[in-house]
Order: sequence, then C-alpha cells, then structure tokens
Amino acid sequence: MDRLVLLVSTGVARGLVIALFALSLVIIWRAARIVNFAQAAMAVAAVYVAFAVQQATGSYVLALLSALVVGALLGVAVERGLMRHVAGRTPMPGMIVAIGLVMVLQALLGIFFGPKHRPMTPVLSEAPLYVGDVPVLSRYDLFVLLVALVVVVGLGVLFNRSTLGLQLRASAVAPEVSRLLGVRVPRMVTIGWMLSSAVAALAVLLLVPTELGLNAHSGDVLFVHAFTVAVLGGLDSPAGALVGGLVVGVLISLVTGYASAGLAPLAVLALLTCVLLVRPGGIFATKEARTA
Amino acid sequence: MSRSTTPLTAAGPRPGAAAPSGATPRLEVEGLTVTFGGLTALDDVGFAVGDGEVVALIGPNGAGKTTVFNVVCGLVRPRAGSVRIDGRPAPAATSRLQGHGVARTLQGLGLFSGMTVAENVLVPLSGRERRSEDGRALAAAALERLDLLHTADAVVDALPYPERKRVALARALVTNPRLLLLDEPAGGLGAEDIAGLAHVVRGVVASGSSVLLVEHHVDFVMEVADRVVVLDFGRVVACGTPDEVRSDPAVEAAYLGLEAAR
Ligand SMILES: Nc1ncnc2c1ncn2[C@@H]1O[C@H](COP(=O)(O)OP(=O)(O)OP(=O)(O)O)[C@@H](O)[C@H]1O
Ligand SMILES: [Mg+2]
Repeated sequence: MDRLVLLVSTGVARGLVIALFALSLVIIWRAARIVNFAQAAMAVAAVYVAFAVQQATGSYVLALLSALVVGALLGVAVERGLMRHVAGRTPMPGMIVAIGLVMVLQALLGIFFGPKHRPMTPVLSEAPLYVGDVPVLSRYDLFVLLVALVVVVGLGVLFNRSTLGLQLRASAVAPEVSRLLGVRVPRMVTIGWMLSSAVAALAVLLLVPTELGLNAHSGDVLFVHAFTVAVLGGLDSPAGALVGGLVVGVLISLVTGYASAGLAPLAVLALLTCVLLVRPGGIFATKEARTA
Repeated sequence: MSRSTTPLTAAGPRPGAAAPSGATPRLEVEGLTVTFGGLTALDDVGFAVGDGEVVALIGPNGAGKTTVFNVVCGLVRPRAGSVRIDGRPAPAATSRLQGHGVARTLQGLGLFSGMTVAENVLVPLSGRERRSEDGRALAAAALERLDLLHTADAVVDALPYPERKRVALARALVTNPRLLLLDEPAGGLGAEDIAGLAHVVRGVVASGSSVLLVEHHVDFVMEVADRVVVLDFGRVVACGTPDEVRSDPAVEAAYLGLEAAR
C-alpha cells in the first residue's frame, strides 16, 4: 500500500512533465496543423544552453529561464526560417520537414557535445518525503509538480482569459475567417510555435535530472510518451493532453515499480495500440473545422 | 441617401459601373475579371454601392456572387479590374479590411466552433485596429441588437441554426462597419427570422452604412434592396431597381438558364 502511494504520486509528477510536453504538441498542432516531430530535438538543444548557463552561473533559476527563452527563440526561428516556407495545404510536408530537422539537430548536438550523457543533478533532493510514515514523492518531484501546475494554469489563463488567447484559438479553429476579422494569423502561428517550444524545453529541463543525464537523445522517450498522450487525448484537446499525461505517467510508474523499467515503454505502446484499435482513424481522424 | 434608378444597361460594357449620383461611392467595383484555371468566374463585372444604400447581388448558383465578395475581401486576386472602398483601393491584406470599415458574413456561417457566442463576437475587436475600444461593451451592444444577450455564454455549436446565423451577423456588426457584405443572410431562415433580418438591415443603413448582399430569397431582396445587380455566368446581365429587374426578360432567362440570356 505504501509503495502504491509512492508510485502513484511519483507517477503524477512524471505524468505532468509528459502532459506539459503533450500540451506543447497540442499547441503547435492547433496553431499550425502539424505534429512537430522535431519538438524533442529542439527542446534538448535549448536545454544544452540552459545546462551551459547553469555551469557558468551556478544558478538553477537562470538555467530554467534560459531554457524557456532559448526554447521560444528556437520555435520562432524554426517557424519563420523553415516551416513558413513549406508549401502545401496538408500537414504532411511540414511533418516530413520536421523529421528532417530532427536528424539535423541531433547530428549537430552529437558533433558539438559528443555522445556521452552529461549529468544534471536535481536542484532538490530525490529522497522521498514522508507523510506520517508513508513515503510519497521526493522534494524534486514536488518541485516538478508545482512548476508543471503553474505552467498548465498559466497556459489555461492565457488561452481562455486573454485577448491574445482568443486570437490564438480563433486562428487555430478558422484561420481564413480570422483573417477576415482582422486577426494577423501568421503572427498567431509564430506565437504558437514560440509558446510550444518554450513549454517543451521546460519539460525536458524538468525531466533530465531524473534520467541518465543530458544527451542529444534525452527527449526522445519523452516525445514518444507525449505523442502517445496526444493521440489518447486528441491533438486538439489541451484537457486531453493533461489527463492523458497523468494516465501515462502513472502507468509508467506502476509498471516500473511492480514489474520492470524495461516493460514500461511496452506498456505505453500497448496503450497506444489499444487506443488506435478503438479509434482506427488515428489522430488524423480528428475533425477539422473547415470554414470560409 | 442616393436611391438611383440606373437604367438597365445589360448590353453595355460595364453595366451600373457609374456611382449612384454624386459623391464617391462606398464601394466601387470596376472591370473585375477572375479566372480559376480554365473557368471564368467573373467577366468584366462592375457596379457601385453608395452611402446608405442596399444593393443586392443576385444570380443562379455558380454565377460568381461569392467570388465578388472574395475579391473585395482580398481572398481572391482578380486577373483584371479594381475594387475601391470610399475611393481608396481595397487593402491587399485581408486582415486590414476592418481598418477600411468593411465587415462580411460568410455563406457557410464560419463561426468559431467550440467558442462561446460572446467570444465569437469579441474576435473582430481583438485585432490591432480595435485594441483600444471597450470590447465587452461593444460586444454586448451587438448581441443586444440581435437579441442574443441571453445566449452570450453558450457554445455556438449548441445553438439552433437561426441563432447561429444571428451570431454571424452580430460578429460582422460589432465593429460598426461602413460597408457590410452579407452572403445569403436569409438562407435557411423562416419568415419570422427574415422579417427580423430585414429590420436589422434597415437599422444598418439608417445609421449611414451601406450593405451589399447576395441573396436567393426574392421577397427579401425586393423588400430591402434599393438596387439589384444580376449576375449570370460571371457577367452582369441586368441592374436596376427591384421592380425594373423583376420585369427584365434577361433576368428571367438567367434564372431559367436559357442560352439566349448570354
Ligand atoms: N477558389 C475557387 N477555385 C476554383 N473555382 C472556384 C473557386 N471559387 C469559386 N469557384 C467557381 O467559380 C464559380 C462561381 O462561384 P461562386 O461561389 O462565386 O458562385 P455563387 O454565385 O456564390 O454561387 P452560389 O449561389 O452557389 O453560392 C463556380 O463555378 C465555382 O465553382
Ligand atoms: Mg455563393
């Protein structure tokens, strides 16, 4: 029983990181109608900068801020410099370009930083806290949980309570109509990339200390999990990403705890398969709101 | 108010191109030609809409009515011809239309699915042209005008069709446009809703704005339009007051699809 509490609470914290990353995929899907396969590679690049900042200044807060800023800038650069120039009315060409970008970014990171994992120590202890004598999540996981919650709530307020959010949602639902109504849709797409990449970079930054360390491929598994979540919840649904992230996070934690870590990815893939069996059309069956 | 009685000039090169008597027309379309691949959707179309005037653009399916709107809005680039709004060339960027005092409804409603009625109506107020205005108050006024206040917080998808249609109209009216383009506003509505719509259109012109409307509902057109422009196969085949147009044989021919009409 104690073990279950520990595994579930840890799973919730890890799940929120997955949810954050899945949210970043949802944001970009809604803004640009593509699954950004380069999301993890871009985020890892931003975290390398954050890592360097932490080494240089010794400040975790500065590292966190620089991950956000560099992530956002990378998003803008990729959208303005690359994606905007990809022709085509279907999502496919953009996604293929994104896959190409993954290869380029990972190769570059490999060339500059080598294959080895750079250890990033968590800012807070990873030993579990106790409620009474029941072990629950660690200080670091608590920190992750709080940061993730703040970001999720912040995104909710931004999208649902602000004028910018209204424009972002409008141009996601019906870009042509939005243009007619005075919304600068290309700018909204750029902002979508910016937000999305910043959130993804944050998710990877939060994750890395709980894993082996920083490496060009540090975000790959997170991407796979988050992608699963996005399929589970529907790429158009922020709430789905949140719930799906928690489900996958807890699933991984339970399978790792009760069976073995090696089985966790299989469990996630099994879940994905089941969902796809129920929704054979897969993610692209999500109805697009066509207008104008 | 300039209620012109431009004579029927179906045979002329540019029927109705002249402004209805006097000052610069609100909207002036000249020599508009649009092709899609091999299809000529518009062929040398010209007409004008004066201040406080309601002009109806009618014609059979595929005549090119919506295409005229699309050109005015900068969504479709014409092969030839010009569009002037208050004497100025229409903006090249669709998102700048608002700054020229133009608003439009779409043939398919084009509402923001998943968003509330109030949010739908707030979108046109969110652009840079409108940032400084009190959006909430303007939105509430527009909703009030279309008797939608009670639905403000409902998600648009949940509303019955006539109400969704009014949301689309409220969204166009919220910026107090000087030129309102309505694409089949009466389509799918019952008699009572159409009467309400006519009332709203009269209110719009009473405040000095102009309306260009595409409509298949003949009675509604006859009731609200000052002038009617008839399109067939992308050409203006008739133009005049509702009564003149109604008795024009070319119009009947266009609707019956007779070869002689061309
Ligand atoms: N973007 C486009 N690409 C290709 N063809 C088009 C396009 N838009 C319109 N057309 C064609 O141009 C012609 C005129 O279309 P338009 O939509 O303007 O007609 P309409 O008068 O509005 O008809 P309806 O009463 O059915 O709405 C049609 O043959 C249509 O198929
Ligand atoms: Mg049409």
